[in-house]
Amino acid sequence: MKSIYLDHAATCPTDPKVVEAMLPYFSDHYGNPSSIYSLSRTTRNAIENARTILASAIGADPKEIVFTSGGSESDNFAIKGIAHALKDKGNHIITSQIEHHAVLYTCKFLEKNGYDVTYVPVDEHGTIKLDELEKAIRPDTILITVMHANNEIGTIQPIRQIGEIAKKHGIKFHTDAVQTFGHIPVNANDLNVDLLSISAHKFYGPKGVGALYIRKGTKITPQSHGGDQERRRRASTENVPGIVGLGKAVEIATESMADEADRQTKLRNDFIKAILEKIPDSRLNGHPVDRLPNNINISFEGIEGESILLNLDMYGIAASTGSACSSSSLEPSHVLLSIGLTHELAHGSVRFSLGKHTTREELDRVVDILPGIIQKLRAMSPLYNK
Amino acid sequence: MEQYSEKVMDHFSNPRNVGTIENPDGVGHVGNPMCGDVMELQIKVRDNIIVDAKFRTFGCGAAIATSSMATELVIGKSIDEAQNITNKVVAEALDGLPPVKMHCSNLAEEALEAAIKDYKSRQKA
Repeated sequence: MKSIYLDHAATCPTDPKVVEAMLPYFSDHYGNPSSIYSLSRTTRNAIENARTILASAIGADPKEIVFTSGGSESDNFAIKGIAHALKDKGNHIITSQIEHHAVLYTCKFLEKNGYDVTYVPVDEHGTIKLDELEKAIRPDTILITVMHANNEIGTIQPIRQIGEIAKKHGIKFHTDAVQTFGHIPVNANDLNVDLLSISAHKFYGPKGVGALYIRKGTKITPQSHGGDQERRRRASTENVPGIVGLGKAVEIATESMADEADRQTKLRNDFIKAILEKIPDSRLNGHPVDRLPNNINISFEGIEGESILLNLDMYGIAASTGSACSSSSLEPSHVLLSIGLTHELAHGSVRFSLGKHTTREELDRVVDILPGIIQKLRAMSPLYNK
Repeated sequence: MEQYSEKVMDHFSNPRNVGTIENPDGVGHVGNPMCGDVMELQIKVRDNIIVDAKFRTFGCGAAIATSSMATELVIGKSIDEAQNITNKVVAEALDGLPPVKMHCSNLAEEALEAAIKDYKSRQKA
């Protein structure tokens, strides 16, 4: 049985061309980029080359890029770094209710440490309420952080408009672009952002490496000390193979992005239509149009997500759920609750996220298999009596 | 997600005793859709022996598997014996559950308790 991988929002397979580009930096080119001998020049140049590739992809200057260990570190660095650097100016941060935990829990951490955070609500499609965001602004607001697109329901936020609001009020603006970079256009200037997080493994790069864009002139306090790497903004010997892999992945993603986004959008729309038609009492979560090309999130009434995933897994199909039962907490996804779903519907959600290798045949197979699974589980549910 | 034992997967994919009983002698309905699991257990009792048990469960793999196992354990037992079936007994019969899933086995114990309580109150009535 051939497996069908539909969890690209969790992680993507590393592109073989990326692996190939990385390999020499594990073996032949091992010099510490901070050393002065010629062995190190190769690694130093490789890092700067990757930096230039990423910078040009997002319309930035290479000096505005800091490589990190991934999306979570980038988010932590951006938020804590700005909070600390601007603490004399104010202690208020604005974010949305549906951020990734890397942003949400960083904000919660800051709340315990003397900062004040406003969590702006979203509408039923998961789009942030711009009027409420602007109303939340105070004289002591130092940072707004809103994700570019949501990892669970795929809704794309009006980042450019939020950036305009932030600019108008002289507030720094960060966006978590982990789900969008490499999939839809991401340009720091078009989006009006001061800080932007990305993660390599979400676009076929290696795991454990990411970047934070920091607009020139943005005061930020390093969160890691003990070395002069990354223009003294992040102490740590650089993850050279990872950074090289990130650069290669950016190159590949940029080449094929427009066509791939079109292709996935068509597959996505057809899949959603087929599932909603074939399975009664199912609903699409997230924005019907302003959503990631690869994101499908559907709730099925009367049944629980993990039991759907386990059944799909028996057919070799990999997907994910917003149900608490797939995690250690009892609360279902905060994102699904924020868009107004009942706990029951939030528990009954499944996310399918497509990738560049996803074929129409694979999705057709899921459309064939899924109705039977839903029916079987509903037959044994005390909450579904139709 | 932690791996389930083979027994859990067996009971999850081929659950025993799913459904409802016509004129049950005891019904236990426990859990809460808020927490992601709801279980309904119905029992048929003859001469103080549980002769049949059926369940319906809204929940994860562990919730469905423990429900199924609980019905298997309880059929043929006297009411007194059935009262000794704890969540631990159900979990052990399934060769264990991942630590984060242990609360799912509480559901089976609670449903059994509730069904027996319901049976006893019907006897008194």
